[in-house]
Amino acid sequence: MNFPGLGIIRGMAVTAENFLRSFSRADRLFTTEYPEERIALQENYRNFPFLVYDDAPENMRCVACKICEKECPPQCISIEEDRDEKGKVIRRPKVFDIDYSVCMGCQICVEVCPFDAIKMDHEYELSTDNRFDGLLFHRDELLKPADQYEKMHPTEGAIVNAKIREQIEKKKKAEAAKAAAAAQKPAPVAEK
Amino acid sequence: MIAPKDNFNDLDLLAERPEPRGYEIINKENSEGQELLEISLGPQHPSTHGVFRMDVVLDGETVIKLKPIFGYLHRNHEKIAEHTSYIGTMPYTDRLDYFCSMTNNWGYALAVEQLADIKVPERAEYIRVIMAELTRLINHTCLAGFLLNDLGAWGSPLLYAFREREKIIDLFESVSGARLMCNYFRFGGARCDLPDGWLRQANKIVDTFPKFLDEFEKLITGNEILRSRTENIGILSAELAVNASITGPMLRASGVDYDLRKAQPYGIYGRFDFRVPMGTVGDCYDRYYVRILEMRESLKILRKALKDIPDGPVCADVKIRSFKTRPGEAYSRIEGPKGELGFYVISDGSPSPYRYRVRPPSFINLTILEDMCLGHKLADAVVILGSIDIVLGEVDR
Repeated sequence: MNFPGLGIIRGMAVTAENFLRSFSRADRLFTTEYPEERIALQENYRNFPFLVYDDAPENMRCVACKICEKECPPQCISIEEDRDEKGKVIRRPKVFDIDYSVCMGCQICVEVCPFDAIKMDHEYELSTDNRFDGLLFHRDELLKPADQYEKMHPTEGAIVNAKIREQIEKKKKAEAAKAAAAAQKPAPVAEK
Repeated sequence: MIAPKDNFNDLDLLAERPEPRGYEIINKENSEGQELLEISLGPQHPSTHGVFRMDVVLDGETVIKLKPIFGYLHRNHEKIAEHTSYIGTMPYTDRLDYFCSMTNNWGYALAVEQLADIKVPERAEYIRVIMAELTRLINHTCLAGFLLNDLGAWGSPLLYAFREREKIIDLFESVSGARLMCNYFRFGGARCDLPDGWLRQANKIVDTFPKFLDEFEKLITGNEILRSRTENIGILSAELAVNASITGPMLRASGVDYDLRKAQPYGIYGRFDFRVPMGTVGDCYDRYYVRILEMRESLKILRKALKDIPDGPVCADVKIRSFKTRPGEAYSRIEGPKGELGFYVISDGSPSPYRYRVRPPSFINLTILEDMCLGHKLADAVVILGSIDIVLGEVDR
């Protein structure tokens, strides 16, 4: 330190430099004017979970196995399985509620799901003036198509969706084969 | 004890009520017969770094008694952990010290890995070191900014620090999905591999960071006001620091050579060549400057880790659902940016830990506050608190 006050003057020179450079260099202007301009979201960005369906909302991937409900650390998911007229359980949720006001976006539900049915959303403008159930999302609001999921997470989504589509094809083929076999079989029975 | 009485409006009851803790003043006057002033600083005071309260007794402007009072941010962290699965605690550890979620994750993962005998793959070890050192950069830049805030340089040094922090947080977001609550580490490695181009981006930040440090030092370190406000303020002797089990940069500022990365290398820290900066006086200025020097050492580690990182799997084969460990106990400790961060887990073989305990560095470093503040002015007490580097999320848990 040569003479008192030099350190302060040096510091002020840094501030002045930053101020003047901000007119010519973009990296000195760091803030984004939010509602007018938005930063593109990262692919891995996660906010809140949603449910994926394949071709139609009825064909949702979720089978109401309740693993995510059990594993969710703040316990914000609540699931009830659907039943047909006879009271038999269908592998599909009747109620699937996620309370976004409780959810902490930890992604554990996504990791434990064996059916790739629940994924993390990119939607972040969710504020509401409803203080009671404004952030309680029900099954139909949570359902989003698989294409939208692939658009959000291109790398991961392409692999997962391809795998699921293959499974659906296989299932369809197996069902068709079964139906064909069933159509052939009754014929000899009828002869007797 | 207060005996139950029929009439609760009885004034005797009020007279018998014990003084609330923290309010007992033995002498209400100083030696010259002048009245002492007792003030309560916080919990909503802007320079107490969250919801922290100090009951201070002042003689004029000099602190003669100080009592830290905390617990306003208690969130039952340990009890929650004993009721959720092992993996369910991982996102809660992010919320202990919300500046350094990655190192918190690491500490907890180490404890459970010890219990379950999990071997971490090579690439994951490198990723962990990179994330931990980036976290250290974030924490120390923010500390320098907030310390200057406490000194009265309102805003501008902090925003210089936050500008740099933002770039590192963007890196965290692109790998883990969240900026602060990363929840990225898993037992046996990390959750997902680094995205394409991440290493290049990280290298760019590591290359430009020294430039920022030079600029920041030019802005602040030579400043006469900073030096007169921090030099010889809040001196912590090496002996007292060791006796009070102070850890981290605060201990090293007092001149004790103790860094867990050297003393008990965890992960792959044994492979890196770095020095441990130490202070000589143990005052606020040393505590500030040790952190600046530590950032430069972190950059050395980062450069080597980013160069050497191998390909391979990022996570050992550990099942995530119904994860159980063998019965037993484990204590893991890491050199967090604020000091020794320890996790103690007892398992009885069930899916959730039997007992879980955190050794938070900022809580234990805070216990020495009164000894450092005595005899200094009230305005210095705020600076001393700032130089300890506490986060109330970790102090109260």
